[in-house]
Amino acid sequence: MALQDKDRIFTNLYGAQHWGLQAAQKRGNWDRTAEIIAKGRDWIIEEVKQSGLRGRGGAGFPTGLKWSFMPKSNPDGRPSYLVVNCDESEPGTCKDRDIIRHDPHTLVEGCLMAAVAMNASAGYIYVRGEYYNEGLILQAAIDEAYDAGLLGKNAAGTGYDFDLYVHRGAGAYICGEETALIESLEGKKGMPRLKPPFPAAVGLYGCPSTVNNVETIAVVPEILRRGASWFAGFGRPKNSGTKIFCIQGHVNKPCNVEEEMSIPLRELIERHAGGVRGGWDNLLCVIPGGSSTPLLPKHICDDVLMDFDALREHKSGLGTAGVIVMDKSTDLIRAIARLSKFYKHESCGQCTPCREGMGWVSRVMDRMVEGRAEIDEISVLEDVTKRIEGHTICALADGGVWPVQGLIRHYRPMMEERIAAYKARHAAPVLPMAAE
Amino acid sequence: MTEAATDHLDPNWRNSRAEPDSFEFDAESEAQIAKILARYPESKKASGVIPLLYVAQKQMGRQTGSAWVPRIAMDRVAERLGMAPIRVFEVASFYFMFNTKPIGRFHLQVCGTTPCMLRGSDDVYRACKDAAKVQGYGHTSEDGLFTMTEVECLGACVNAPILQVDDDYYEDLDYDRTVRLIEALRRGERPAPGSTTGRQTSAPEGGPLTLLDVRGGD
Repeated sequence: MALQDKDRIFTNLYGAQHWGLQAAQKRGNWDRTAEIIAKGRDWIIEEVKQSGLRGRGGAGFPTGLKWSFMPKSNPDGRPSYLVVNCDESEPGTCKDRDIIRHDPHTLVEGCLMAAVAMNASAGYIYVRGEYYNEGLILQAAIDEAYDAGLLGKNAAGTGYDFDLYVHRGAGAYICGEETALIESLEGKKGMPRLKPPFPAAVGLYGCPSTVNNVETIAVVPEILRRGASWFAGFGRPKNSGTKIFCIQGHVNKPCNVEEEMSIPLRELIERHAGGVRGGWDNLLCVIPGGSSTPLLPKHICDDVLMDFDALREHKSGLGTAGVIVMDKSTDLIRAIARLSKFYKHESCGQCTPCREGMGWVSRVMDRMVEGRAEIDEISVLEDVTKRIEGHTICALADGGVWPVQGLIRHYRPMMEERIAAYKARHAAPVLPMAAE
Repeated sequence: MTEAATDHLDPNWRNSRAEPDSFEFDAESEAQIAKILARYPESKKASGVIPLLYVAQKQMGRQTGSAWVPRIAMDRVAERLGMAPIRVFEVASFYFMFNTKPIGRFHLQVCGTTPCMLRGSDDVYRACKDAAKVQGYGHTSEDGLFTMTEVECLGACVNAPILQVDDDYYEDLDYDRTVRLIEALRRGERPAPGSTTGRQTSAPEGGPLTLLDVRGGD
């Protein structure tokens, strides 16, 4: 049973209607906001916990729990900050873009509610630099909200003062990592910080801060309006709610769609994206949750469910729910090698295993594309990726090696064939090569 | 695909003859700066460094037709924010969207990451090369109109492949439509950004299959 329109939160996902405040209010945004906020901070956090909402930025951490880490009072006079992560740069992900350009008031209202829940006096929305036009719309929506008294002093008649700002990034994937984002917002290079201390203790400007993804914040108003049990009613336990999926690659009709969590992958692709190009049997594999999540070969795709736990059972993950579909015409090794190049380009250079490792992996993968390698090097490659993983400050390097590990796990014979074919073409003995 | 040295990796760019002797923010920029600085606490003005570098880059675009950030403009930003010049310099060179060397009138930013690659970004690259007459990534056409850069995922993957021209996304491209877009730019036209197939944003081709029964709005 597919999700019905009445249960969709982002009712203007495709921009069929205007993004502005008037139209948004007709769609149900900013309805009873003051009444809900009057129920208080503890009620909001408890309701979000009960809804089962898990962070939509990739890691899937329970949102209510995260908010509860924020200090209840600020005796030392430091303010608390809400920071919203709209640095959406994970290859395969384009959901936050639609939220801020088509449904910005879901986010703006969510920011106010989240701010009350964490006692934040100001919020910053960090929008990736490339989303220039989208950022202008978001800013215009915020301006409208100020003019209507929904932000600023006594925001929305709640008696609560809250300011909300847009901050534009400048093209760095790493700034999607929460502490790198904070560094960037403070005017520095986006290099992640060691944790602890966690941002809830020492975050933006040294003050308690919480960084949440756009989609996480934007679904909160509807959860609070309709009740935790409504949201928890979708998907399997611990994986509840609705989710925007970005379906792309070799499908007939790529699109974004909000669906119920735990929907079978095959149903998602066939119902909403017109099916795999050339039919389901032409499917080679799917990257289920943005580039960092390891690929799933077809036999797993046949019946896997799209949620955090089901995908983890298959050593992959829901990530950001960017579903990258590849049919049998794909040069899979090249597709993964291109991802390696992405991570090489985006490594901030702070930790040695990542700075050196991403380049090394990328260069070896480039040779694997040609087959210009030794069979043994596949194992060396796998071994090195395991030594990179978990040995860096942030998860960029983990995300960078997982696609390669997924390739080797499921398609080692394909890589061996490629090497054998290269050797056959170059009959003269090939000297063993280290990474160039 | 060639991997040309990206602009800011060129060790000689600092001595580039293009470096202007002076840079001052104009009235339009000053108005933007006032707005920007109001967003951050007084003692945390350094937060304005990325926004101010954009202001400088845009002003260069307005004044010279080439949107880049010369060294002297970075120094002006440093003065304005009370930062050491090196701190501004390292930000300008860390973030990919600041051009530390002059670029062409139009900045063709081809997304080459896997989601776009699967949908034909190689064709977009070829079309840019052919129509804009640039040698490859990191190069500017001889007429100074176009600079082509390979960028990483632009975050519009369901509308792949994407070409970003300056600040605008052109989506759902193929070889022919990319050529037509570049020819239009050359003629001084600016086609409306968005899907080049007339598709409704991120909805499936042929129109939405969901959100057909939605209240309110206009």
